[in-house]
Amino acid sequence: MIRELVLSLAFLIAVCGQFAQAVEPSERLADPVLEERARTLSKELRCLVCQNQSIDESNADLAHDLRILLRQRLVAGDSDQQVLDYIAARYGVFVLLDPPFAPVTYLLWLTPPLLVFGTGALLVARARRRRPEQQLPALTQEERARAALLLGERG
Amino acid sequence: MLVEIGHFALVLALLVALVQGTMPLAGASVRSRPLMDTAQPAALLQFGLVALAFAVFMHAHIASDFSLRNVFENSNTAKPMLYKVTGVWGSHEGSMMLWVLMLTLFGGLVAALGRSLPMTLRARTLAIQGLLGFGTLAFIIGTSNPFDRLIPAPVDGRDLNPLLQDPGLAFHPPFLYFGYVGFSITYSFAIAALIEGRVGAAWARWVRPWALTAWCGLTIGIAMGSWWAYYVLGWGGWWYWDPVENASFMPWLLGTALLHSAAVAEKRESLQRWTVLLAILTFGMSLIGTFLVRSGVLTSVHSFAVDPTRGVFILALIAVVIGGGLVLYALRAPGLEAGNPFALVSREGALVLNNLLLCAGMATVFLGTFYPLFAEVWSGAKLSVGPQFFDATFVPILAPAIIAMVIGPVLAWRRGNLRAALRRLAPAIVGALLVPAIAFVFDRSTPPAALAGIALASWAMLGVLADLGDRSGVTRQPLGAAWRRLRHLPRGTWGYAIAHFGVGVLIAGIVVSTAWRSERIETVHAGDVLQIAGRTLRFVGVTEGDVANYHAQRAQIVVERPGSAPTTMYPERRYYAVAQSQTTNTAIVTNGFGDLYLALGDPDSQGGWVLRAYYNPLVPWIWFGALLAALGGLVSLSDRRLRMRLPAAARTSAAAIPTGSTDPR
Repeated sequence: MIRELVLSLAFLIAVCGQFAQAVEPSERLADPVLEERARTLSKELRCLVCQNQSIDESNADLAHDLRILLRQRLVAGDSDQQVLDYIAARYGVFVLLDPPFAPVTYLLWLTPPLLVFGTGALLVARARRRRPEQQLPALTQEERARAALLLGERG
Repeated sequence: MLVEIGHFALVLALLVALVQGTMPLAGASVRSRPLMDTAQPAALLQFGLVALAFAVFMHAHIASDFSLRNVFENSNTAKPMLYKVTGVWGSHEGSMMLWVLMLTLFGGLVAALGRSLPMTLRARTLAIQGLLGFGTLAFIIGTSNPFDRLIPAPVDGRDLNPLLQDPGLAFHPPFLYFGYVGFSITYSFAIAALIEGRVGAAWARWVRPWALTAWCGLTIGIAMGSWWAYYVLGWGGWWYWDPVENASFMPWLLGTALLHSAAVAEKRESLQRWTVLLAILTFGMSLIGTFLVRSGVLTSVHSFAVDPTRGVFILALIAVVIGGGLVLYALRAPGLEAGNPFALVSREGALVLNNLLLCAGMATVFLGTFYPLFAEVWSGAKLSVGPQFFDATFVPILAPAIIAMVIGPVLAWRRGNLRAALRRLAPAIVGALLVPAIAFVFDRSTPPAALAGIALASWAMLGVLADLGDRSGVTRQPLGAAWRRLRHLPRGTWGYAIAHFGVGVLIAGIVVSTAWRSERIETVHAGDVLQIAGRTLRFVGVTEGDVANYHAQRAQIVVERPGSAPTTMYPERRYYAVAQSQTTNTAIVTNGFGDLYLALGDPDSQGGWVLRAYYNPLVPWIWFGALLAALGGLVSLSDRRLRMRLPAAARTSAAAIPTGSTDPR
């Protein structure tokens, strides 16, 4: 189905220009530490006019503007979270590729661990339950009598 | 005229599929041999007719018959011949033709090779395959007919999307579809077994090689697709967690689980019901993947509403195939024979853990892929689920599976001894601690996640070697004897060893290329020099020219490295005039341990060019590892094929015994 990736990419090229573009040398910040943070952040922001690209990968004008905007925020002294919040406040949570843990995403974030631990516990419990059955000690005389009594009563 | 013959063959195939889907099924329930005997010729005929239609369609592409709408929309007289051929599956209609070709191919293969199958099982399996063919053919003829005409015929076509005019992409769809659709046959086997009401060891013995065959195709197909993305997209990424990639990855994950549970079902007569369920779900995932991609629901809910015919049709097909399969499962599974019990610590136990984790991983990918859609429908919230989500959830789920993958094969069936197993794996444990420690000594800034990844990769590779060493008895006997023992290990064992080793290689490639990649993005002028990963890149300049159906801008870069001869690399930009689109052709030089990767970007107004240079260490190991995994599957398959002769001899006894339950193994 990767072939269909291509078909969707055809659309993407139309909007987002050619590949191998993304980050331009002219956009870069002089401070390498700040630039490094900018790169990490730009991988977490979605290019809104592309199909499924971060602004780090996209050549769309909007992505270019966002890359510059986030660098301006970093230079102004924002923390990483502040930059993300700033951009999300203006463009919507849709821009965040790393979905925040919020009511609307509880199900998204909690299902995987619940699934693993839930089914795991279930399987272990079943295996535990099944094993003793095989090595069940024989009934004592007294238990046998009680069992017979109970069965007799029901019948 | 030829086109009409192809069109006619396609419609005839639909009718044959209907016969194949009904008569043998009826025959099996009333024990009518003549009715059951229709299955084989029908399956072969259906394949023949679809192959004929496919050949005609391909001929139309090769001959540039623009009276076909599909050829007009996807071809051009100037297009190179290779892409005229491979352009056949470059469009929606063509790829659905390839889909149904594979579907009928598998039906035909079972008809041709399955002579030793129990008669009713074979009839029912082929009938289900026939019904699947009927559904797909109805979809093609009803909503995506490749033989639609254009009158009058245009003089020339619109050309194929240039991205598809690439050897990597030209050849991977057949592999991908072979795998994707190959799981249809395990689905048919599963449904047939549910109708029969029994799942014996004989059933599992038949299902396993088919699952393995499909799995190998899918593995190669996904690896090729990822390799294509790597060299075409121009910044060295190789996996994007894109919905269309996930569409092929989900059946792969379930198919891997199926492969392993089928092994338990065959060898230990345990987990049969689970194997049947997995077989249903694996093919279900293939269909959901098709829906995901074909309906347009990916781009947005709205694009689905614009042209819903195809989407609704596939959705209905999914509902029938998965829903019907699951209902049948719910009704019949409780009546299937219970599996042999096993302890928690045993090879079966390890395989159950592997199945659990693979399925949870699949569910996570599914959730991440569809969540934005669900959220939008439920609450109207538009949100994105990007690679960060998958990295944070999928990776921790699969990591324990890799740990278990090494321990499982050294545990005994039924009841294993964990301490003894770990003792046999002692060299691997030492290695898994030592290798990351060495990496840390060389690079103190290595992130902890990378160290953990290296430990995991070393564990996977060394674990296989430790197990092979142990099996050969190299510590207990002379080398010659150990070598002989190693050589005489069953092919199945070699298959497992190669495939699991390949997984280790793959992880090493992923971890190292992610952690130690270097990148330079600069604007360069003729004569400029760049340094990357101990190499000097000298930018000579850019030449332009027209080639075939595109215009090329070709940069020349001389790469020098102390102690070796200079090499020249030519990254390109191409402009396809008819399709009006631009592509980037990267230049990659590899030595097997790392890739130097160059991509040419935009020119600026002062004669400068943006050049992107990357050094990706161990990145080739990603595809090398995936190919090893597929190779392991093939080696294991060659063992199966030898064993396939056995049931022929054992058939009479198997026929005498009603079910496989008395099988002494």
